[in-house]
Amino acid sequence: MFHIYCPYCCEYREEEEFHSKGQAHIPRPLNPEACSDEEWGNNLYFRKNPRGLHHELWVHNAGCRKFFNVTRDTVTYEIKEVYKMGEKPSIVAEIKA
Amino acid sequence: MQHYSGFGLLKHSLSHHENWQRAWRNPTPKKKYDVIIIGGGGHGLATAYYLAKAFGVTNVAVIEKGYLGGGNTARNTTIVRSNYLWDEAAHLYEHAMKLWEGLSQDLNYNVMFSQRGVLNLGHTLQDMRDIQRRVNANRLNGIDGEVLDTQQVQEIVPHMDCSANTRYPVLGASWQPRAGVARHDAVAWGYARGADALGVDLIQQTEVIDLLIEDGECVGVKTQRYGDIKADRVGSVAAGNSSVIAKMGGFELPLESHPLQALVSEPIKPILDTVVMSNHVHGYISQSDKGDLVIGAGIDGYNGYGQRGSFPTIEHTLQAILELFPIFSRVRMNRQWGGIVDTCPDACPIISETPVKNLFFNCGWGTGGFKATPGSGHVFAASLAKGEMHPLAKPFSMFRFHSGALIDEHGAAGVAH
Repeated sequence: MFHIYCPYCCEYREEEEFHSKGQAHIPRPLNPEACSDEEWGNNLYFRKNPRGLHHELWVHNAGCRKFFNVTRDTVTYEIKEVYKMGEKPSIVAEIKA
Repeated sequence: MQHYSGFGLLKHSLSHHENWQRAWRNPTPKKKYDVIIIGGGGHGLATAYYLAKAFGVTNVAVIEKGYLGGGNTARNTTIVRSNYLWDEAAHLYEHAMKLWEGLSQDLNYNVMFSQRGVLNLGHTLQDMRDIQRRVNANRLNGIDGEVLDTQQVQEIVPHMDCSANTRYPVLGASWQPRAGVARHDAVAWGYARGADALGVDLIQQTEVIDLLIEDGECVGVKTQRYGDIKADRVGSVAAGNSSVIAKMGGFELPLESHPLQALVSEPIKPILDTVVMSNHVHGYISQSDKGDLVIGAGIDGYNGYGQRGSFPTIEHTLQAILELFPIFSRVRMNRQWGGIVDTCPDACPIISETPVKNLFFNCGWGTGGFKATPGSGHVFAASLAKGEMHPLAKPFSMFRFHSGALIDEHGAAGVAH
């Protein structure tokens, strides 16, 4: 059970007030008409599914109904960071050399 | 391999059951195999068994990071049915159903397959329309199915509250009499024993940490315990960890791993002799031969590899079950657990070639993999043996997410994704 800090309400609330909406930071294609089938498929269906740090979108649907971002560990479930839409995460996974 | 029989049981009882042969060996891997299967759960073991039994490929290793059948095979709610809507899925699950029907004999291992029927309840007019459509589609595909009204449902499950006074009254159901339940562990053990007897090496406690790839071709795996092991073909059947294996191959899969929870009650006297599922109030329940009520529901909404979920999901499940069965309100729950299910955007599996040559994936079974174990193993074995996909597996290519030929089974999958 998560206690999630809503960056708009500025309060910790129980998980039941929120919904997870999957991977965050998915840009829409800049030129949709020029996209190949593969690019569209990737954009629509292929999501990051890391075992470790994951940046994801949550919505406070039983509260302010605003969307925000969460960085969470998918193994320990620990929430590392909560940040507003349009912001960049300060905690990111180390990329293996 | 020692043949199991009633007579054998009697014979061994005379020596206090102390001289049973081990069900399978615990071998050290060879340097090279024809086929390596990553993942020793039900699907992986079934693949190995059918490779050896049906397709004559016996130089096979199954590499498992934990112990056999310790993942979702040990964590599911054991429901077996084949009443899927679309032709592609229906054919695949019915292929599995036909194999289930002779499985105990084939394996010489009692998988306790019990065709006690499955009810999928409808609580709204739209539910009933969907049920009619699905049952009609099933019958056209040669799969048994009936549409029942409230009265008929009540006759099958007398303890269920089918009155009109409930918040979500039971308006009817789809009924598949050939569906039922099977003993989950026995399926893994039966396949493991069968595969081992045919010469397959089952390598436990060995994690695959990388794939050996040369010029875009998979030539083996790298393990933590035994180093490099070569293979002509590699099949990954890693369920919730499939994305991790795909990353080793340098590509991505359209999968998201979620926790799926289930729970069992204390054992009680026989009260429920069928399987009841409801998409609408969202829960499913059956009673095991041991007497405990086996209860499950939908996935937790967030990605997770932790084999545990959140309490509200369990609470919602039990609310739904109690809405249907007020009689269970005082039953105490015994155990609760979570597995990692790899869900696909269209709620159908991926049985596929990949961008890497000689590397094949069988994954994405999401919440409903157990019922397909024999069929999945059989078609995947056929594909691995020949190096090209079995006709039943072809529609489940991972490239369908680029072509757009999705097989939307969210309705028949029976749980929210």
